[in-house]
Amino acid sequence: MAEATVGVGGLKYDHKKRYRPPELNVFLALILIVGVFELLGQMLPYMNGQSFLFDTQGRFGSIFNEARLQIIILQVAIIGIIALGVTQVIITGGIDLSSGSIVGATAMIAMSFAQVAEVNGNPHTRAVFFEQGWLDLPVLIPVLVGLACGLLAGLVNGVLVAYTRIPPFIATLGMMVAARGVAKWWTKGQPVSFPTESYAAIGSGMMPVYIFIGLAVLFYLIMRHTVYGKHTYAIGSNMDAARMSGINVQRHLTLVYTIAGGLAAIAAIVLSSKNLTAQAGMGVMYELDAIAMAVIGGISLQGGRGSIIGTCLGALIFGVIISGFTFLRLDAYYQEMAKGAIIVGAVVLDQWRQRRAANRM
Amino acid sequence: MSEYILETRNLTKHYGGVHALEEASFAIRKGEHVAIMGDNGAGKSTFVRQITGVERPTRGEIHFDGQKVEFAGPIEAREAGIEAVFQTLALADHLDVPDNLFLGREKTKWNWLGPFRRLDYKAMHADTLAALEKTGVKIPSIRNTIQYMSGGQRQCVAIARTATFHSKLTIMDEPTAALGVQETAQVENIVRTLKEQGEPLILISHNMRQVMDLCDRIVVFRRGRICANLIAKDVTGEEVVAYITGAKTQPDYSVEGAV
Repeated sequence: MAEATVGVGGLKYDHKKRYRPPELNVFLALILIVGVFELLGQMLPYMNGQSFLFDTQGRFGSIFNEARLQIIILQVAIIGIIALGVTQVIITGGIDLSSGSIVGATAMIAMSFAQVAEVNGNPHTRAVFFEQGWLDLPVLIPVLVGLACGLLAGLVNGVLVAYTRIPPFIATLGMMVAARGVAKWWTKGQPVSFPTESYAAIGSGMMPVYIFIGLAVLFYLIMRHTVYGKHTYAIGSNMDAARMSGINVQRHLTLVYTIAGGLAAIAAIVLSSKNLTAQAGMGVMYELDAIAMAVIGGISLQGGRGSIIGTCLGALIFGVIISGFTFLRLDAYYQEMAKGAIIVGAVVLDQWRQRRAANRM
Repeated sequence: MSEYILETRNLTKHYGGVHALEEASFAIRKGEHVAIMGDNGAGKSTFVRQITGVERPTRGEIHFDGQKVEFAGPIEAREAGIEAVFQTLALADHLDVPDNLFLGREKTKWNWLGPFRRLDYKAMHADTLAALEKTGVKIPSIRNTIQYMSGGQRQCVAIARTATFHSKLTIMDEPTAALGVQETAQVENIVRTLKEQGEPLILISHNMRQVMDLCDRIVVFRRGRICANLIAKDVTGEEVVAYITGAKTQPDYSVEGAV
């Protein structure tokens, strides 16, 4: 659109004042953090000049340390799936605190429909539906049941936020507590184990990463190129304007929260399949990690600003930090301290950048 | 077909015990520019909210383009052809110009996808440029988000929005209240363009010079009632002020009265 950038009318369009995509800054931060770990690996005396990123021992076919790269993305893929939904909620100006608990509840319920009939040749008497005989079911059933759970929880969130007009913080806080209760109640606290082979395949190997990437691409396209995405941004940017423009804000918000619930359910299915077991305590604090990924990726908590690409980069930064600390053989305690500092730092930097951008106009 | 684009009969709105609008009978011809004036709380904005479907009137009838209408919401009024530029600008700060112009009525492809139907950015860009051309609005770049624009540019975008959709009636609620001298002139130029194109307009303003300059007729609201209906070129500013303050009254206001 050359004529669009040149501008209509007599005013000149200054390319230097062009709005730089915030994702670029997040990407630079990612490279910077990787660089710092690489440098520390070379410099710290006890590291013996190990490389963070590169394959120095000739273990892989390429110049990169592929095992590390795989771990980096694998350990953020599942929370990353949640973060995709949380991102959309935050863009509408809301917040979703319930995703971690939805993961717990969904994992328990879905897993109980995916149990095998026999364990080591003996009947699986501890299976949740042993008496009903719902064992060795086709993989589609636990997946659909799981999705339905997540979508339902999301729908309740959405209806509460959109129609009762209580703050999203409160609505999803309620769901966070309630869904955790469901997770514990479902088996009275017992873990659910021994899934069928086909269910276990969902989260095996690098599957979580492929699912995450597939969903990320899908939602990137949806947020960027569909009416749904445009209205999500519009609502977060100026809810009154959205309403006056004829957008059905209530229905749209309900849809956004429902989709976030659905994504949490997908994460739950992948996670329980990967772990081969589901426990009531699954997914604790995932909601905060997912929000942190979004915030690090430049999603504004005020709504209206941010993108799926930002969240993916935020998730990568998360993974790099965890891997980096393990690489430097530092305790997990330091990891959490550093994570906290980076979350706050990301928001401070972003606000500072926003102010500067506003001032130079 | 009636010669009036919009006619209201005994339009009344009560907010609980507050009678914000009482028995307002108003009419505007096709191609006519009518100003609505009045003190704060005189019922101007309430009147606009009734005819744009933002609120439902307590009593009374609205006839638009020869037909009796009852709008369930602003989108219905807009679909019928009433475009309003509100005091609080209905623009989304983080979206660019075409996005705002087409907000709530995007051009789309693949409509079978429901809420996930695809946006037709190309067509919307082209139409945006055409609309800006038509209204003479100057914006450095339509790809800029609204948050980086001045008050005048925002107002122009809001007005250009009405021009994009070939509305049958445009309503502007204090379009220049927050603008500087230059920006005001820019907005007034757009209003003149609308006049040349024969687009009817209801302008709510406190600016006497502007009203005298741009409008054919002045309707004065006072305490929720229409108290005067004046031909702009026949009256002076002092007379209008006298009606606004209640120093002077026009006893028998009727739709036909001064038209």
